[in-house]
Formats: sequence, structure tokens, C-alpha cells
Amino acid sequence: MIRILSLFIILLPFDGFTQKRYFSEKSFVSFFSEGVIEEIKASNTKVTSILDLASGEVAYLLSPKDFQFEKKLMQVHFNEKYMESEKYPKSSFQGKIVGYDAANLTLQQVKAQGKLTIHGVTRDIDVPGTLHIEGNTVTLRSKFMVKLEDYNIKVPQIVWQNIAQQVEVTVHFLYRPVTN
Amino acid sequence: MKRLFILFLLSPCLAFAQDDLLAELEKDSGNETEYTFATFKGTRLANGHTIETKNEGSLEFIFAHRFGAINGGWYEMYGLDEALVRLGLDYGIKDWLSFSIGRNSFDKTMDSYVKIRALRQSTGAKTFPFSATVLLGGAYKFSPENNSDVSDDFENVDRLSYTGQVLIARKFSTNLSLQLMPSIVHKNAVVASQEENDQFALGFGGRIKLTKSVAITTEYYHNFSMKDDSPYFNPLAFGIDIETGGHVFQLVITNAVGLTERAFITETRDDFWDGDIHLGFNVTRTFQLKKAK
Repeated sequence: MIRILSLFIILLPFDGFTQKRYFSEKSFVSFFSEGVIEEIKASNTKVTSILDLASGEVAYLLSPKDFQFEKKLMQVHFNEKYMESEKYPKSSFQGKIVGYDAANLTLQQVKAQGKLTIHGVTRDIDVPGTLHIEGNTVTLRSKFMVKLEDYNIKVPQIVWQNIAQQVEVTVHFLYRPVTN
Repeated sequence: MKRLFILFLLSPCLAFAQDDLLAELEKDSGNETEYTFATFKGTRLANGHTIETKNEGSLEFIFAHRFGAINGGWYEMYGLDEALVRLGLDYGIKDWLSFSIGRNSFDKTMDSYVKIRALRQSTGAKTFPFSATVLLGGAYKFSPENNSDVSDDFENVDRLSYTGQVLIARKFSTNLSLQLMPSIVHKNAVVASQEENDQFALGFGGRIKLTKSVAITTEYYHNFSMKDDSPYFNPLAFGIDIETGGHVFQLVITNAVGLTERAFITETRDDFWDGDIHLGFNVTRTFQLKKAK
């Protein structure tokens, strides 16, 4: 009994090795919307993400405040009025990449399924993307639409014509293996 | 049975090994400094300044005016027949450094300011309880037209005045921000029986947000250097801020009509509580001149 138990305890730290953990080295999440008067776009390169190729599990975490706009005033309004970044300081995705073969070294069409949290609202999403395993690195890309009303993001009526009701989100990560 | 027991013991470990990646990311991201932003909607509270500076590369055009006193009655259309105007430009040289110039029809004054954001309220890794901005300004009165209209020894330099302020603000919550404004106004020339050259004042103001785009504001300056037989009053203002995209509309009622510190802190001639209240607007439009990378 004790022998088996100790064996498990000894083996426990090695459990990590059975996972193929990757951490994002470069990240890029952007969104774009075509308003009636002006287009709105911003990008965030301070996103952190972990990918486990063994299980397909993936997660990313970002601060809305890190989105950079060309117009700084728009950036303030984005955080103050729409994302309410003081109340909801983080947005995240947590889920699984499905439909890939870890041994395949070509560009693969995959799907990401899981929970997207924006503005304090969590919803299940299922979006297409690509996965590319090249030597030591893994690239993950996806592009999907987010409807503002799904995440309870209210656009004040007074500026409604400026803001589209949905935005196109682009996600692009470059991963390298986690080295302990 | 024993094996089952072991499995049971290990089950949390297995779950942990698989644990959620998001929790790990969250654990790593805990140690950041979050700077408070949007303490006020505009660079002006009502008559005076807020701690807000313009972001690098943005230019704000400010059109402000103050109507006549509403107790002027129907003949003066409750003050709407006359108005004093200030046209101004504020530019963000750096996020922490703004420069502004303006022309005020009150006393035909040209003014100029430098605003330096010195301290920022923050939470997280570095916690700091308030924001502070230093304001330095100068103003030149072009009125009256001839020096001799004032007195024989009045010189051009006597038309100058200077303002120094430390604007201290704290955003207590999303909806409540308060500001203190220790101020000094130096006037090169004064009527000595009525005024000091150096005048010290403490301003107090704040805003309460009613909705995401609408806020109510108030601002009051107490002039500690006011002489007993001064003909002037302390300026009090109440306002509503309405923000629409690149515009901020500030609707105010105040007893002050001048929009430079000299004018409203030290030379407000009307008594708010006597009904000498003026309606006014500050309208701003921000342009992004330099695109951020």
C-alpha cells in the first residue's frame, strides 16, 4: 500500500511531462468594426496564453486596457463606457482545440470550443481557426465575430451611429514549449 | 478496496494535473499596476482645470462662453443677449504634458498654460491614492487699450498675471471623483486698497456620473487673500457634462464670467446667492493629430 502510494507521489511531478505545454511567445488579439462614420480597430499584444497539445486545452487572458487605438480618446471611451474595465479588468477564453493531429506538421483546420468571457459575461463559442506545428513552435490563428449585445455591452444611444453592433475579432498566437 | 482508496486520494491530484490553464494565467497576471483613468471627462471641471491632460498627439478645441446674469430679467432675455467667450486649444505634447493657449473676451485676455501630470492614482503592484497635476499659466490683459487709460505709470508688464496650481484628485469609484485645487494667482498690478498682488485660494470640486455619458459637476474656489472691502466674490459653479464620442458638452451655471484663473478666482464680481447666476457652455472637440503606433 505504502509502496504504491509513494510510487504515485514520486511520479506525480512527472505528470507534467505527459502534457505538451506551450506558452505564448508572441500574441496578437485585435478587433475591427465598420461604423457608419468611422471604423474602429484596436490591437493587443500583451495577451498571455497556454496551449496543451496533448489534451488540446487552451486558454488566454487579456486586459481590455491593453488594447491600443489610434485615437487615444476612443481608447479611454472603450474602457470607460463599453468594456467598463475597472469593473471587469480581464477578458478570457478557456476551452479546447479540436480536430487536429499532433503529428501532422502541415497547416490544419481546427475548431476552438469553449467559454469566452468579455465584460463579465461568459458564453460558449465554437469558432474555426488554424493550427500549425512547425518544429518547436505552434501557431494558432482564428477570426470570429462577436456581437456586442451577447456580452451585454451597451452602446449609449447618443453615439449609436458610431459603433457597429458586432466586431470581428482576430486572434494570433505563436507558442513555444514550456521549459521547466 | 485499498486501491480504490488510493485512487480516491489521488483524484484531486489528477484533477490538478489537468487543471484549468486559465487559473494559471490569472495567477501570473496578478502583479500589475493598474493606473486610474478617466477621473474626469474633460480638461475643465467648470471654470477651472481638472487633473486631466490631453494624450500625446491629441488636440482639443474648446469653445466656452458665459451668458449674462439670469436675473437680468426679460429685457436681457435672462442673460442670453450677451455672452463672454473663450476660444482655446489644448495639445498633448506627451501623455503627461499638455500645452494650451486661449483668448478670452473678458478683459480681452490671452492666456497660456502648461499642465504636467506629476502623480497618478493606481492600484495593484504599485498603489497610490490620488493623482496630481501641476498647472502653470500666464495671462495678458489687452484691455484697456491704452496704458494711460489706467494711470500714468501703468506699463505693459502690469497687464500680466500668473497662476500656479496643484490639482489633486481621487477617483473614489467609477461614479465619484473629487478634486482639491490649492492655487496662487499673482497679478503684477492691483488696486492696493482692494487686493493683494499674491492671492492664495483653495478650490474644491467633483463629479458624480449619472450614466456612462452624463455627469454632474461642481466647483468652488475660496480666496483666502480677499480683503474685507473687496468688491469680489468667490466663484461657485454647478454643471452637467454630456459626452458624445469626440465631443464633451459642459453646461454650467456660475457667478463667474471670466475663464482665466485671474478672472474667476480673483475678479468675480457677481454674487451667486444674490441671483447673479450665469448660464454657460464649454464645448470641446478632440482631434487626433498624431496617430499612435
